[in-house]
Amino acid sequence: MAQEPVIKVHDLVVGFGDQIVLDSLSLDVRGGEILGVVGGSGAGKSVLLRTIIGLLPKRQGSIEVLGVDLAKASEAERRALERRWGVLFQQGALFSSLTVRENVQFPMRENLTLSPRLMDEMALAKLEMVGLTPDDANKFPAELSGGMTKRAALARALALDPEIVFLDEPTSGLDPISAGDFDELIRTLQQTLGLTVFMVTHDLESLYTACDRVAVIADGKVVAEGPIAAMLESTHPWVRTYFQGKRGELLIDRRMSVSP
Amino acid sequence: MANALNGAGGAMPMVESLLKSQLNGERLELAAGGAWTAANAGELETLVDRAAGEAAQAKSVSIDMAGVREFDTFGAWLLERLTRAWSATGREPVIVGMPQHDRGLLKEMHGVNREPAKPLPEENRIMGALAAVGQAGAGFGRDLLLLVDMLGAVGIAALRVIARPREYRFTSTVNQFDRVAWQAVPIILLITFLIGGIIAQQGIFHFRKFGAELYAVDLVAILVLREIGVLIVAIMVAGRSGSSYTAELGSMKMREEIDALRTMGFDPIEVLILPRILVLIVALPVLTFLGSMAALYGGGLVAWLYGGISPDIYIQRLTDAISLTHFKVGILKAPFMGLVIGIVACAEGLQVKGSAESLGLKTTASVVKSIFLVIVLDGLFAIFFASIGM
Repeated sequence: MAQEPVIKVHDLVVGFGDQIVLDSLSLDVRGGEILGVVGGSGAGKSVLLRTIIGLLPKRQGSIEVLGVDLAKASEAERRALERRWGVLFQQGALFSSLTVRENVQFPMRENLTLSPRLMDEMALAKLEMVGLTPDDANKFPAELSGGMTKRAALARALALDPEIVFLDEPTSGLDPISAGDFDELIRTLQQTLGLTVFMVTHDLESLYTACDRVAVIADGKVVAEGPIAAMLESTHPWVRTYFQGKRGELLIDRRMSVSP
Repeated sequence: MANALNGAGGAMPMVESLLKSQLNGERLELAAGGAWTAANAGELETLVDRAAGEAAQAKSVSIDMAGVREFDTFGAWLLERLTRAWSATGREPVIVGMPQHDRGLLKEMHGVNREPAKPLPEENRIMGALAAVGQAGAGFGRDLLLLVDMLGAVGIAALRVIARPREYRFTSTVNQFDRVAWQAVPIILLITFLIGGIIAQQGIFHFRKFGAELYAVDLVAILVLREIGVLIVAIMVAGRSGSSYTAELGSMKMREEIDALRTMGFDPIEVLILPRILVLIVALPVLTFLGSMAALYGGGLVAWLYGGISPDIYIQRLTDAISLTHFKVGILKAPFMGLVIGIVACAEGLQVKGSAESLGLKTTASVVKSIFLVIVLDGLFAIFFASIGM
């Protein structure tokens, strides 16, 4: 696995009006890893994600993704970069007037010149990779369950074989079994496709099963960063409460007893 | 990570060919190279399909993947498609020179697309056209039922409110009245003022040929009070407030807000729809009155400036030409038109399904249907008033 960072965030300041959400935050994401970003509600996890992919303006600092500084990039460079990442939004954000298959084909149709046959085959292949059946391909987003929506949205995020995937709370709103399956799916896909995954999450279980490293955001900064083991040793009060609170301890106990 | 992190390989000139084939005796040898990725997938597909055909002359096939710089799911699938085509003709291909990592991806592709997607059912064109006609007819009947259903539901809600007037939502009603009636006043006044002026100008222009300019005043007064005032106002309100009712209720339906109300023990019809419809029933006569006055004012101004009919004569002529009957005919129709607009708008709003597209469709349908029904209703009223001699 390559170790050089593919996302470099340096001294980032983001705010709305008088409120500063991210206060000179720095974070590196290494190539080929799954980074879990956690933090309390309103800590600015999603704001960080949206700022990195260019949906929110930043006040200060620099963001470099795959060696490209978004603020300085030309329109063409930006577009080229946007083809190399995929984003899974919290609510899926599937286009409601297109079928699942058309949703997955949308980025292919816009960016590549492919025969209709290959496009159909690729769309179905991607859907099968995320665990949907060919029958689901002709459904509309309104006909899908929560878990299926997330899977379909992941298939669309993976449509162009991106190098980085941004996931905004991929397991929120899923039952624990579906959430577990989803974590495993992300892990498998990351290994076979060699993805770098930037995952904002609330789910402790996801952190344990899916993530290589964890970054904790509190007070607008990254207060702890490293593998799970390092989190358990952290002295920051929020990190302690989060990982060693009731729910955290339950998980640790279970993990210890399963894999001593 | 050969496939991903070297993705910026665009700097390298794309001279290596993606797939070279060579027939070596009875053995077809293929050499793959370059980037087997999404960007080259179109070109690659042609090469792969050609190679699949070439295998007919050979007994065995092998493919050397050592020259491939980048490999992603598009490349993996095309390779899989190629090997499947060969396997189908009984030639088991040999793949050599492939890095372990890429083999994983190929294995992933090995399982997919096994089950052919069910093709969408083919339609007979004639049957399709017939079915469309039938569906349109059935849809028309369904729409009518929906409107009657909504009318009944609103009626029941109204009766319940009469029984327990304390529970009626006055705040919501006042808020709606502000939006639907008060805020509509300027635009309604402006439009009816202009329409009144235009009718007066046309009347004077044409009646002048017979020296009957003064009758233009009768034309303006009767037309505005009986028909144009209420029609213009109803059409404006359907476009302005009917559409916003449909969009509001539709997006509330999409976000499950209406279901939430229902589970809390509120009747959405009573909470959301009844106040809106009552407001329309009250607002339309008020707006019609204001609109008619503005139209008469506009007509008078044009008659004075363009036709040389002084205000004194205009008013004199007005009092001669019109009676209270004309005014009543117009104003009596207004509450019914408000009811129709409200019923159509709310019924369409509740028909919105999950997609953004359906919200747009229903909003359009709401405006088109309510304007259509307003005009139909106006025609029925014309027949009714004529037969009772008003």
